[in-house]
Amino acid sequence: MAKAAAAPTTSRRIKLLGKHPIGIPFVAPYVAFLIVVFAYPLGLALYMSFHDYFFAAPGAIVERPFIGVDNYTQVLGDPVFRTALGNVVKFVIINVPLTVALALVLATALNRAIPFRTFFRASYYVPYVTASVAVVGIWLWLFAGDGLVNTILGPLAPDPPWLVNEAWALPIIALLVTWKQLGFYVLLYLAALQNVPNELYEAAKVDGAGAVRSFFAVTVPGVRSATTLVVILATIVGANFFTEPYLLTGGGGPNNASISPVLMMYREGIEQGNAGYAAAIGVILAIGVMAISLLNRYLLERD
Amino acid sequence: MKARLRLVALGTALLALAAACGGDEAVDTEEAAQATGPIDIWYSDNPEEITWGKQAVEAWNADHPDEEVTGEKIPAGETSEEVIGAAIAAGNTPCLVFNTAPAAVPQFEKQGGLVALDDFPGAPEYIEGRSGDVAEQYKSPDGNYYQMPWKANPVMIFYNKKVFEKAGLDSENPPLATYDEFLETAQTVIDKGGVEAAIWPAPSSEFFQSWFDYYPLFIAATDGQTALVEDGKAQFTSAEGIAVAEDFWAPMYEQGLAKRETYNGDAFADEKSAMAIVGPWAIAVYGEAIEWGVAPVPTADGISPEQTYTFSDEKSIGMYSACENRGTAWEFLKFATSKANDGKLLELTGQMPLRPDLTSTYADYFKKNPEYEVFADQAERTVEVPVVPNSIEMWQEFRDAYSSSVIFGKESPDEALTTAAKSIESLISEE
Repeated sequence: MAKAAAAPTTSRRIKLLGKHPIGIPFVAPYVAFLIVVFAYPLGLALYMSFHDYFFAAPGAIVERPFIGVDNYTQVLGDPVFRTALGNVVKFVIINVPLTVALALVLATALNRAIPFRTFFRASYYVPYVTASVAVVGIWLWLFAGDGLVNTILGPLAPDPPWLVNEAWALPIIALLVTWKQLGFYVLLYLAALQNVPNELYEAAKVDGAGAVRSFFAVTVPGVRSATTLVVILATIVGANFFTEPYLLTGGGGPNNASISPVLMMYREGIEQGNAGYAAAIGVILAIGVMAISLLNRYLLERD
Repeated sequence: MKARLRLVALGTALLALAAACGGDEAVDTEEAAQATGPIDIWYSDNPEEITWGKQAVEAWNADHPDEEVTGEKIPAGETSEEVIGAAIAAGNTPCLVFNTAPAAVPQFEKQGGLVALDDFPGAPEYIEGRSGDVAEQYKSPDGNYYQMPWKANPVMIFYNKKVFEKAGLDSENPPLATYDEFLETAQTVIDKGGVEAAIWPAPSSEFFQSWFDYYPLFIAATDGQTALVEDGKAQFTSAEGIAVAEDFWAPMYEQGLAKRETYNGDAFADEKSAMAIVGPWAIAVYGEAIEWGVAPVPTADGISPEQTYTFSDEKSIGMYSACENRGTAWEFLKFATSKANDGKLLELTGQMPLRPDLTSTYADYFKKNPEYEVFADQAERTVEVPVVPNSIEMWQEFRDAYSSSVIFGKESPDEALTTAAKSIESLISEE
């Protein structure tokens, strides 16, 4: 009888804690980290987005009433937010394909026995580890009305200049982010390339494939899982762009042509004290990015 | 599986609860108003104000060993308002911040971050006694002072005399009084003065940028009678308000006399622009390097300098609710704004303490530094940003409309400002 009672208890314990409960203390520190750094802020953001929330002094008696989906309806009806979302789409359309193409081509080149290989590998990585503020400073100088780019272009320079030109401000930001992040993605592709067996290239060569054919028939499919990762990471980083419009185009200018949802969150939440509204933007953005990432994964990983 | 799901659901519920219930202890206000002891203060991070802050703290500490004041410059951030706002939420503001922007006061007040100075006996009398009628502009809608008006930087037009001379203009009395004169002079300095822009106010979209292009001219145009909004109504859609945008700034940008591009540095210091809209701080900054002249902001018909009003660019002192020893904080606040310490402020920073009759009160100083006199005189005729709910949001709304219509010419200034006026009126009516 006693044995019969023990069996369901054990099975309940296994159900709850798994077959190897010893694993729990090992994962506990990371779980704690996730809870403190990700889960709690996410929970708070969700809570804030359904309230007329603002940051108040500890202990201050303030009213932050529940307002249902008001923040969400206001955000979705805000023309500036729609411009910002449109900007993310434009940004991702420029940034992601460019990142994948350039990173893969550069990684393939850097994987070969070329002169100064280490120097080049390090060079492409430098922008990635350089502070954004410093990089933006250089781009400001490059693309100013009397900057280096316009001096070279002479009469071909756009008017108004790049950073105050509604057609060019966002593409310039997308280019800057592509260039800055490229080193990291080159590194990912370089690692993936080490796993493409040399025999495949030799077989392709025997079959009469040239360098270009080998690249498309062997390299591209060989690093497909890395491509999935690069696309997803570039999309996430891209959708969250902030520093560039904040610094390079004077706060999302000209006339909101380069505003991003994260910049809006900063303005609304930090500058204007509408933290609930900013949280709603954040939640919508997170859901959107998650949906795009899942779609990317589905499209890239299906056989 | 179900059991695990339940565990996850429980965890999520607990998290949401924890997120909702975050709260700490508040300071007991009645007790704190009497309490004395050590306090912390922040002052602005410009070198002249740091020097002033240090000497004031030192002088106080010498006489008050039991109520020691620790002063430091405000932590770095894009704007002081952002830093103070974050500190309020974190509960670690110092007792006093000698760099509180009046535009941010309504927000800090709503956050429960500021102490009403009226809690201290005789405070309104002290504030009004020191600043005179101007003090009224700093009262919150509930009739309390949540800020001590402190010092102004009345903005005027600074111009580069050498550039003006090169362009063949009278560098002592240049024609800058009316909009037409100003636009013509601007065209002349571009054509003949060797500068890229006549004037180069930041064309970027931060909420405060309108204080240094549109607002001073709006104040001058309305003879200092109205702020941007008054009694819940937007004032900038008046004929004068629209004229500042349509007849002055829009042509400045259209004709390329002001630039649509942000200058990476200081355009006036680098002699890329012939003029700048600045306060008296500029004398110390440009004084040695540039031969400068100063003129009041222009008006449509050109009123005399003695009658021209402008934006004060004032900074107040705020007492913050995290402060425990508020008794000491109030005493130090009075000490720091005494006649003697205001004199030191003037001497060390060139900024104007918010007192009437500056020139007679500090006659010796102005005798020694006559170049500051024009700013002291201008300080008598200033208008502040209005103290209304959602003030920063209001300025951002205004800036967006101004930027799209006046700077980038996407729509007519009249239409853009009229649309903005409606949103702004609804914003300031919210509590």
